[in-house]
Amino acid sequence: MIFSEITQVLTEQFGIDSFSVVNQKANQPILQIQANQLLELCQFLANDERLFFDYLACITGIDNGPTANTMEVIYHLTSIPYEHNLAIKVIVERPADGTPPKVPSVSSIWRTADWHERETYDLVGIFFENHPDLRRILLPNDWHGHPLRKDYQAQEFYHGIKVIY
Amino acid sequence: MDLQNNRLKTGDGGVIVTSVEDLLNWSRLSSLWPMGFGLACCAIEMMASYASNYDLERFGIFPRPSPRQSDVMIVAGTVTFKMADRIRRLYEQMPEPRYVISMGSCSNCGGPYWEHGYHVVKGVDRIIPVDVYVPGCPPRPEALIGGFLKLQEKISNEHPLAPTLLLEIEKENV
Repeated sequence: MIFSEITQVLTEQFGIDSFSVVNQKANQPILQIQANQLLELCQFLANDERLFFDYLACITGIDNGPTANTMEVIYHLTSIPYEHNLAIKVIVERPADGTPPKVPSVSSIWRTADWHERETYDLVGIFFENHPDLRRILLPNDWHGHPLRKDYQAQEFYHGIKVIY
Repeated sequence: MDLQNNRLKTGDGGVIVTSVEDLLNWSRLSSLWPMGFGLACCAIEMMASYASNYDLERFGIFPRPSPRQSDVMIVAGTVTFKMADRIRRLYEQMPEPRYVISMGSCSNCGGPYWEHGYHVVKGVDRIIPVDVYVPGCPPRPEALIGGFLKLQEKISNEHPLAPTLLLEIEKENV
């Protein structure tokens, strides 16, 4: 199934307003959706007989910085039996006080999302609601901040060791 | 009888005159047991040095699975802050006298992570004392062997039997 056929199926199910298409002419166009629709749409993508996206290949977290004031989460889906792919993008607002923006967790649909979401939380600082165990996965538990944010400031000392060169 | 050519065991052993200190140093530097652990790509070169081509065992260098049995720690690779606590603990578990070889740019000074590596300790000497620095990214096995030879040189110049307390008192009275 190609991208236009997938969007056709989704339009029939959710209506034309539910998503917009980014990069229509690129090799992999991206489907942009609202955060509150994510869970419902993913459930449909995973379970529908025509689509059957049974494999979540990766989750990408992007911080667009304080000027753009947004953060993005991109999901790359693959259907192993049908051999078709889809990329979904969710854009959320970036709270100015540094608190993590909230996106619903898809770990109830794809178990592999568990660790992907933990990594995104760890490095970019996006909070995934209803995640079973949202802890840091790479950095130590007592680390401060999320290093891949554009406005990240490294701490001066970590356990008595000077951080900067 | 021509002992040199026949190499007969006669029981008439020769005598070597040396000092106990030199004997101790010689025996210590001839069986440097490193702790068997590696952190990154430098560890691959370290393993190559242990293997048959470079054969570190001809120097008596043989990795040990426990810090309690080790004389020297080769910090082979990038030291992250998460690993720093573990390295410090492993170092503390080694019996004295203990030595540290810092292998490669990362553990020497942070290497390519010196500016933007929020997660990398900028030199393992910020957490434990280092005896020999081996430069390279990663250093070739020859370089690591060179580092060991430097360490052997350092050990051969030590004075393990020196009456340190007496020397200190003498120094204070001068």
